[in-house]
Amino acid sequence: MSANCDIEFTLNGVKRQLSVPAGMSTLEMLRERLGLRGTKYACGEGECGACTILVDGLTLNSCLMFAVDCDGRELQTVEGVAASEVGARLRDAFVANGAVQCGFCTPGLMVQASHVIEHNPGAGAAEIRRGIEGNLCRCTGYKKIIEAIQAAEQKNG
Amino acid sequence: MHAIERYVRPGSLEEAAEILRAGNVTVLAGGTDLMPQTHAGRVKFQSVLMNVRRVPELRGIEEHGGVVRIGALVTITELRESALVRERLNVLWQACDHFASDQIRNAATLGGNVCNASPAGDTLVPLLALEARTVLASKPNGSLETRRIPLDKFFSGPGRTLKKPSELLAAIEVPLPPQGFVGEFYKHGTRPGLDISAISIAVGAQLKGKVLNEVRIAFGAVAPTPIRAPRAEAVLEGREADAATLEAAAQAALGEIHPISDVRASDWYRRELVRNMLKRVISHVGQL
Ligand SMILES: Cc1cc2nc3c(=O)[nH]c(=O)nc-3n(C[C@H](O)[C@H](O)[C@H](O)COP(=O)(O)OP(=O)(O)OC[C@H]3O[C@@H](n4cnc5c(N)ncnc54)[C@H](O)[C@@H]3O)c2cc1C
Ligand code: FES
Ligand code: FES
Repeated sequence: MSANCDIEFTLNGVKRQLSVPAGMSTLEMLRERLGLRGTKYACGEGECGACTILVDGLTLNSCLMFAVDCDGRELQTVEGVAASEVGARLRDAFVANGAVQCGFCTPGLMVQASHVIEHNPGAGAAEIRRGIEGNLCRCTGYKKIIEAIQAAEQKNG
Repeated sequence: MHAIERYVRPGSLEEAAEILRAGNVTVLAGGTDLMPQTHAGRVKFQSVLMNVRRVPELRGIEEHGGVVRIGALVTITELRESALVRERLNVLWQACDHFASDQIRNAATLGGNVCNASPAGDTLVPLLALEARTVLASKPNGSLETRRIPLDKFFSGPGRTLKKPSELLAAIEVPLPPQGFVGEFYKHGTRPGLDISAISIAVGAQLKGKVLNEVRIAFGAVAPTPIRAPRAEAVLEGREADAATLEAAAQAALGEIHPISDVRASDWYRRELVRNMLKRVISHVGQL
């Protein structure tokens, strides 16, 4: 067993303190220790984006991040994004545009799409496509996802 | 997995070097290589896990006296957003633009890419073409020392470098290429960013009219380490990129590479890629 370390960070706006093994991933901490199951475990090696979260305003694959590295940082998961204004717009647009089939990729895509929209509010289809390069969807073929993100963007302006 | 007995987060380069001197340390930067490698059991943790994120000396991109110093902790995203890198080290910028996904670029550091020493590491190929060097820090006798190793001497095999376990990679230094230096990076894979390159090529040169000078060619994933191709460079030096010269350069390059067959490509296919794509990349550079 790895040594336990005490860490403190902000999660969806709330200060959290806990003790985690040094080798644990942030994804495992979120799902198994904190009960936040919105962030999905799929490939576990950075390929699919199902585990995407925001850390200090940038998106990362939480399956690749050591939980100890969360210390002192600000995390937002899909639960936090969903409660935001952009999150609400994205959720409505995903539903309205039929961008969800099995739904497994959806939380990661919501987080990544919110990041794309915040950083590049006028992003066109090509830029959105590049922005979500790290998110795999096995069902939709991406077209409806990109349309949904564009629709969420337009309601912005 | 070996047990991590202690987790440490030094706040300065001095402190980090002191911890390394005591030994049995695994360095953690962005974790994008370390997490999958330890998870799969390909790499074992040492008893001390040292997170270097708080070492301020490892940050920043600055130019002084014609040399760009890039801190080991600089991320691929930071490189991609740097005007200095985009304007003066454009061939490196291109590799960062093609690197993995947004999520990976936000976490992955330049130092991690260099220390991981993959034959296919995407920043290594343009860095070789830019004649970069590594800056290594250690504390052998109580005071901080640095030594520099040119990147073309740094790699000793797949995943292996001349960096000692007691040394930390502090920065990469890149001499500013001459004015008018242009370059192109090419990476072959089926999923543009996320694939590990089947081969990669960086070509740089200074153009005088159509004549190529200061030609530098580097390859990834065609030998146990990323390599320069001096014989192909010599064929092109001072010449125009006409069809006969291109073919001669490609033939010279084929004598300098030692590709293997693996899941991404056969050695035959890698040779075909090198021959055809090198010609294409050089002729692009010749028209920039
Ligand atoms: C899905 C996915 C896609 C990827 N795509 C690409 C790609 O397109 N191109 C590419 O080249 N790579 C790619 N990679 C590999 C990886 O992201 C890069 O090699 C990255 O730059 C590693 O940096 P890091 O900060 O995450 O390193 P870490 O994982 O933190 O460290 C890597 C190694 O370097 C050592 N180390 C790190 N920093 C230092 C230092 N300052 N001094 C001494 N030792 C140090 C660590 O101990 C470890 O052995 C990909 C990885 C994944 C998971
Ligand atoms: S589970 Fe993290 S990227 Fe797939
Ligand atoms: S909706 Fe099923 S994976 Fe995307």
